[in-house]
Amino acid sequence: MKKEKEKYRLTLADKNAITGYFFILPFIIGFISFMFFPMVQSIMMAFSEVKIDLDNHRFSMTFNYLANFKRAFLEDRDFNRIFIEEMGRMFVIVIPVIIFSFFVALILNQKFRGRGIARALFFLPIILSSGIMVGLETSNSLLSGMSTLIQESNDLRSSVTGVLQNILMTDEESAVNDFMTYIFLMVDQVYTIAMSSGIQIVIFLSGLQTISPSMFEAAYIEGATKWESFWKITFPMVSSLILVNVVYSVVDYCVRTDNAVMVKIRDSLMQSMEYGFSMSMAWIYFVAVMALLGIASLIISKRVYYYDE
Amino acid sequence: MTNDQATKMGFWERNRLSGGYLLRSRIGNVLFKICRAILLFGLCFLILQPLLNKLSISLMEERDLYDSTVISIPRHLTLNNYSVVNELMSYWQSTLRTFLMCTVISLFQVASCTLAGYGFARFKFPFKSFWFFCVMLVIVVPPQTILAPLYLNFRFFDILGIFRLTTGAPLNLIEHGLAGILILSITGMGLKSGLYIFMLRQYFRGVPPELDEAALVDGCGRLRTFVSIMLPDAMPMITSCFLFSFVWMWTDSLYTSLFLRGYNVLSSVLGSLAERLMEYYMRIYTTAAPIGYTQMIIATGMLISLLPLILLYLFAQRAFVESLSQTGIKM
Repeated sequence: MKKEKEKYRLTLADKNAITGYFFILPFIIGFISFMFFPMVQSIMMAFSEVKIDLDNHRFSMTFNYLANFKRAFLEDRDFNRIFIEEMGRMFVIVIPVIIFSFFVALILNQKFRGRGIARALFFLPIILSSGIMVGLETSNSLLSGMSTLIQESNDLRSSVTGVLQNILMTDEESAVNDFMTYIFLMVDQVYTIAMSSGIQIVIFLSGLQTISPSMFEAAYIEGATKWESFWKITFPMVSSLILVNVVYSVVDYCVRTDNAVMVKIRDSLMQSMEYGFSMSMAWIYFVAVMALLGIASLIISKRVYYYDE
Repeated sequence: MTNDQATKMGFWERNRLSGGYLLRSRIGNVLFKICRAILLFGLCFLILQPLLNKLSISLMEERDLYDSTVISIPRHLTLNNYSVVNELMSYWQSTLRTFLMCTVISLFQVASCTLAGYGFARFKFPFKSFWFFCVMLVIVVPPQTILAPLYLNFRFFDILGIFRLTTGAPLNLIEHGLAGILILSITGMGLKSGLYIFMLRQYFRGVPPELDEAALVDGCGRLRTFVSIMLPDAMPMITSCFLFSFVWMWTDSLYTSLFLRGYNVLSSVLGSLAERLMEYYMRIYTTAAPIGYTQMIIATGMLISLLPLILLYLFAQRAFVESLSQTGIKM
């Protein structure tokens, strides 16, 4: 009798496993009921027509193959346009955000007077550029009206960037020209970039602070200049965070309230009640973004240096 | 030459001895500092400018907008815009409501995320990596992708058909105020919950496991270890997550427009401010509100809805960021 009892006693590992499941139980319930099933349903909705039956308190789906996707790509007036535009704009925002936040983190990691104030200001966008504030900011037609007025009144010749653009851009089509257009697009977006790189700066800063100063000391004694120790120490040590930041920026960009694709998805959901159509658009966008993210993280993770390994 | 002599020598003397190196490096340093100061000032201004711009617009009278000599300092100083916005948004009421909503939701959200984060950091259990992959999925999948099913599920809310059996109809949680969004927060599926789980797990992984083991050897149960040893230590990090959750909930428009219809929180009131102004204008002047004036009111509205957050940020800036940068986020 006693022996049998011992046989079925839980080991320490079993107890740990049970406690572990106890701790993540809320998450598991939430994930299954509010993430997994909705995801399955939304895929099904994307392939079907959704009808709401208020009398019987339920909704029904009729399978209609690729009709929603066809409508998005072939019939809808603006989906193709805004889809391509938003994918392009993602590049114009995400890559500069990474560079900008790395640069700012480098500066904020140095010691100077007023560092506390500068840090507080650079983290302010975490609050200012969230949720509804972004959407309202861009739809602020007074400001945008002003900026078009300014652009009209002083054409390309009178502003600094305009002059530079005139000098650097040649008329014929070339790779250099395309590159320059990209650079100028980034310069024009500098406000958006600064506003959407709050968390990224924090992440890079946390990486910079974990580098032990003795490394720099050793390099300095060996005669390395600051430039060399930046490329040989600082950059490799935080390179693993580039991937984290790319993922975060892309995801953050996707859910921004001023993202035209998201606005369209939401409008067709909330206003015209076309559940199937809006879900098919959401999946097109999501899959495209995930594919891009996958390629990007493959490329980056090959070049990243991990200190622990 | 001893150190003592070197400090007594003048700058130029030392410079001569070093072959001009000292002067060059000094000049380089000063130039670098000046450039850095200019750059930082410019960037800080870039971030603050919209706020300052809104502040100046909100203090103007309408005619100042059309006056080309007025750029940022209003000629006719007035607090009129504020009183109009206060009336249109029923500011104090909405703010109080938003404050309560954000506090409750963030508390629940942080509680569930702390549990999950601790579970992932400390215990070995089967399928752990699978469940952690699910956390990653929660971070990556935009809520818009599952918006329609989520909405419909909460519109016709039911747990395994129990409500349909007992009351004849499923619950409509969309019209029930906070219920829908509370359920999401408790189960760790609220706004950006995945991120908080990840952050807290990262933090708990950094706590030495010897602490748990010592507690276990001394006869402390696992739950008690968590409550009386881990939680007090993790308070800065939990506060940080709470603040993030609070702030993002405050400005969120997705969940509020989905689950809190007719429940006037600041973000939804702010979103419909233009329409409210239009109605107000129609009622009083029987004309449409001019665009410039509408924008002025919107700027004022944004400013005063952000004001509590900015105050919070001023006082809790350290809690916001310092604890986050201590976790050493790695993938």
